[in-house]
Amino acid sequence: MSSDPDELEVSVWRGDNTSGQFEDFRVPAQENQTILDVVSWIQQHRDPTLSYRYACRVGMCGSCAMMVNGVPRWTCRTHVKVALKDNRVSIGPLRNLPVIKDLATDMDPFFDKWVTAEGMHHPSKTRDDAIEQIDPEDGARLEANKGIECINCSVCYAACDTVAGNDDYLGPAALQRAWTLYNDAKDAGKQTILEAVSGTGGCHNCHSQGSCSHYCPNDLNPMAAIAGLKRATALSFFKGRK
Amino acid sequence: MIRPHRTHALWYAFILHRISGIALALFLPVHFYTLALALTDPERLDGFFQWTELAVVKFAEFGLVFLLALHMFGGLRLMALEWLPWSDRQKTLAAGAAAVSFLISGVFLLRAI
Ligand code: HEM
Ligand code: SF4
Ligand code: SF4
Ligand code: FES
Repeated sequence: MSSDPDELEVSVWRGDNTSGQFEDFRVPAQENQTILDVVSWIQQHRDPTLSYRYACRVGMCGSCAMMVNGVPRWTCRTHVKVALKDNRVSIGPLRNLPVIKDLATDMDPFFDKWVTAEGMHHPSKTRDDAIEQIDPEDGARLEANKGIECINCSVCYAACDTVAGNDDYLGPAALQRAWTLYNDAKDAGKQTILEAVSGTGGCHNCHSQGSCSHYCPNDLNPMAAIAGLKRATALSFFKGRK
Repeated sequence: MIRPHRTHALWYAFILHRISGIALALFLPVHFYTLALALTDPERLDGFFQWTELAVVKFAEFGLVFLLALHMFGGLRLMALEWLPWSDRQKTLAAGAAAVSFLISGVFLLRAI
């Protein structure tokens, strides 16, 4: 295997949900280059049929995540040098999601679970009520703040072995969202949330492997949020029995 | 088996917990059965004790004690993670559980030989 430092050896997954294989490309190396740049270069200069997804290029939209050398990453903000091993890099579609084509996955299951976990706002007021005053230093508010920077990139979902083993498992992002709303004083659905996250696919499936928190590109900690949900659901269970 | 996305401390803690849990589940029935020999068939138990003098068996016992201790301390860490206020020192705690388990089983081995 020749390794010309001016060129990267890139393997890219080609295929759909039923079959596929890695295809090799040589891509000119740049001083500053992200994994997404590499994928775009291949699509623009070698094979226009290569399918992949991105939008913002700056780590805001959460649409560009892929498996890079076997680990999930946001490709627009992953520098090639960070991921490269022996001048080689493999780029595949996100794990744990159906592949539409090449590097583009169908993220519907991920977002559907977000809804199943009641990860949506449950209003406590109408437009006629005065706006509720929130104390930014309040303990529950601080807990809620920890999860609000989630960009729905599904990196944590791809990293999680429990998701891989259990189709119903809601996964780290949806559960973290549920925990965020549970701690939000403006959300009126606390009991609804607890019920949604304590079923067969709920928070108690989590084995605290922490892959979610290890790979989250925004340094969020879904594992801690899930521990919070485990506590809240268990306390609510015991209170109900008293 | 250990795919790239699994190479981090807390995943290793998970797999050790699972292996040690399964090892315990396999070991304990045998353990209780042999202990029960004290009542039902003391001579066979004596024969068994002679067998435990073998170096290999002693080393295997060290392994078992290590796994038991690891499962207990690792399990306590998991229960603390779930029930106590969150601590960011999970990797340190997991490493601590492994270190204490190694210490205990090491002392056990040194006393046995
Ligand atoms: C010494 C006290 C013990 C403590 C504190 C403890 C704690 C725990 C905890 C917290 C879990 C859940 C881990 C997870 O969520 O993945 C667990 C799992 C398990 N335990 Fe224990 N345990 C103890 C003793 C035992 C014993 C005596 C056995 C054997 C009969 C055993 C067998 C298992 C097995 C097979 C699992 C499943 C492992 C997995 O799901 O990965 N444990 N233990
Ligand atoms: S901590 Fe829980 S949710 Fe996160 S990766 Fe592990 S099993 Fe999945
Ligand atoms: S928790 Fe992190 S890894 Fe998971 S979807 Fe949100 S930003 Fe992405
Ligand atoms: S393209 Fe938007 S996060 Fe990467």
